[in-house]
Formats: sequence, C-alpha cells, structure tokens
Amino acid sequence: MEYKDYYKIIGLKRDASQDEIRRAYRKLARKYHPDVSKEKDAEARFKEVGEAYEVLKDPEKRAAYDHLGADFKAGQDFHPPPNWDSGFEFRGGGFTDADKAGFSDFFEELFGQQGHAGHAAYGPQFNARGQDHHAKVVVDLEDAFHGATRSISLQSPELDKHGQMRLTNRTLNVKIPKGIKEGQQIRLVGQGTPGMGQGVKGDLYLEIHFKPHPFYRAEGRDLHMQLPVAPWEAALGATVKAPTPDGKVDLKIPAGSNSGNKLRLKGRGIPGNPAGDIYVTLSVVAPPANSEQDKALYKEMASKLAFNPRADMGV
Amino acid sequence: MTTQSVLTGIIVEETTEFTLGELSRACGKPAEWILALVEEGVIEPVGTDQTRWHFRGHCLRRVRIVQRLQSDLGLNLAGAALALELLEEVEALRSRIAVLER
Repeated sequence: MEYKDYYKIIGLKRDASQDEIRRAYRKLARKYHPDVSKEKDAEARFKEVGEAYEVLKDPEKRAAYDHLGADFKAGQDFHPPPNWDSGFEFRGGGFTDADKAGFSDFFEELFGQQGHAGHAAYGPQFNARGQDHHAKVVVDLEDAFHGATRSISLQSPELDKHGQMRLTNRTLNVKIPKGIKEGQQIRLVGQGTPGMGQGVKGDLYLEIHFKPHPFYRAEGRDLHMQLPVAPWEAALGATVKAPTPDGKVDLKIPAGSNSGNKLRLKGRGIPGNPAGDIYVTLSVVAPPANSEQDKALYKEMASKLAFNPRADMGV
Repeated sequence: MTTQSVLTGIIVEETTEFTLGELSRACGKPAEWILALVEEGVIEPVGTDQTRWHFRGHCLRRVRIVQRLQSDLGLNLAGAALALELLEEVEALRSRIAVLER
C-alpha cells in the first residue's frame, strides 16, 4: 500500500489552517470536477482531492493522520504502525457525505473500519426497488456505424455479508446499438442494485462516449473531417478517394476549390433515421520542392502566375 | 462475477420517456427535486397535467449533471442550472474549435 500525502494533493503545507484547507479544496473541486474539467485525469484527481479533504477537513481525522508523521513520501510503501490511532476517537460514520467507495486502499486502511460502521442499517424487512446505477463507457466510433458487442468492466460498490461496502468488479457484454450518438445513454433494465425484499432490481445506465478518432469528429450523427488535396486537384477539380467509417468513397472536388471549402457527403454519417452526413473540409497541401524538377515547376509558376496570396492584407 | 450473455439495452435519448417517478428514481432524488428543476427551467416536461408529465430521454443527462454539480460543489439550483448552460455552451464552442483547428 502506498502512502498518500494529502497535504501535497491539496497543495498546502502541513500547518495550513482549516479555512485554508476548505478554500483550497473548493478551488480544486471546481477545477477537477469531471463535468467541468476537460483534463484527462480529472476524475482521478477529483477523487484524490475529495479523499484528501475528507481527512483534512475533520480535525479528528487530520490529527490522526498528522500523527503518522511527516517523514513519509507520497507513493512510499506504507503500513500503519500498530495502534496508530490509539487515543483518537472518531465520531459516528466519519464519511459524512463523500463517496466512500472510491477512496484509496490507504484511506481504507486508516479510516475504513470506523467509517463503515453504522452503514448497514437498512434491514431486509421492507421491500424496495434497487438503486439505479450510472457508468461511462468509451467505444470506437465505428461501433456506432456497425453496431458491436463490447465487454465492459465495471466497479460497483456493494454491501458484503458483514454489511461493509466493498468494490466488486463485474464484466458485462453489452450490445452497442447501431446509430448511437456521443453522450447518449443505454439503459440496461435490472442491472443496477438488487432490490430489498421483494423489490425489483434497479437499472444500469451507460453513457456512451467515442474514443478520439484520428480522422473524424462526431457531432450528433454528423461527422467532420479534413481532407488534404493537392493544389491542382483544388484548382482544376478532381474526383478523389475519401475515407469513411463505411469504406472508401469517391468525392468530387469542384474546380476552383480552396482550403476551408466544405463538401457534404449526404447520409454517410452515423446511421439512423435520418442518417447523419459527413462534412469534408478541404485542406490544400503544398507539395514539397525537393528535387531540381520540383523547384523548376515552382519557379515556372512563380514567373507565370500573377498570384499574391496576401492581396487581402494590402501588401 | 462474469456474465456471459449479451445484454441489449435501449438508447434512452431516443426511445425512452420517463414519468416523474421514473426520472426521480433514475437519479435517486425525490420527485420534489425534479419539480424544482422544471420550475428552474432545466428540463421541460411533455404534457399538461402534472400527474401525467413525461420527460424526454435527453433530460436524464441534464438532471444528472445538475445533481453532481450540486452534491460535489455545493451549488444551489440556480447556480447549477447556470453552470449547466455555460458548460453546454463551452462544449459547443470546443467542438467548433476542434473543427477549425484541424
């Protein structure tokens, strides 16, 4: 188990005041909130910051944590000394309103026992529908074109037989429906928490996101892509090959096209009713001038074409 | 625990309509809270009579974001609704930038 430096995570010195801790936490929570932040590891950071705050905001837990000493380095192998928490009294549940299931082993080891007590108060004597669960799933854009079956690993907190929260892993084979769009949710009936007594199981909602694709970017059912073309293809017009998730297609470039011009491949986007389109933005690429012959061609153009690309700038 | 069979779900945004009760259960919040969201204009019900209200599937995502913003950042409803709108605007702008930058 690795030692976690909660002060470092929250960006403060060990002698920070409770007010400073609260302010630092609120700032970081806004910064890394997974709905707000676009940083890659936002979710992990948000959880880490939440865990740190869970300990540091509570003077009792903080004192116990400080008592471990300042000599540990983050990531260092850590085993709590025996009776490390003797002389500290933790009140009640301890977890307050935080999402206890997502915390690290380090947290579990130090505060787990006190925290879990009193959480199994729900008796089986009444019937209730199980809770609905939510998870995010990342799939390939191509899956939305052809439909696919994907194996999805989920971690969910469940009460074990001692009434303690434990993370359990399960793998589900889920059909990704053809035509699904970024951000849409799939509802799997009966895959949430088991109900209590005679209550039915809750549902599981999977929010679908696409892996970033090297060519395409999805917007609803439409795809956007850039297509490189040669200057003569743009100037003279041409029929060129363009990739689509359904295979290569022939695309007619009108004469007199230029960088930034948009073409639409109707109905070639994500299938559906109606199917999306693919918007192709042309990007004229200048050929390299490596050989003498290349250079001669460029020189000929320079001498024969009356072309000033900066005419609009008045220079 | 491994499940071998293949699960088929439905796309919430397209085929599902939630009743007030279903939507409140899907996010684990009381119906009064959903009513407050309607009051705030975060989601719009279909139908006139409150007892027969339906919510289109895409409402779920908005409701969940507001829920997370409230519980994680301590925003009040008006603040969370504003943040949601700004987030959607940022998302639209980001995606336009992504097109322009390629």
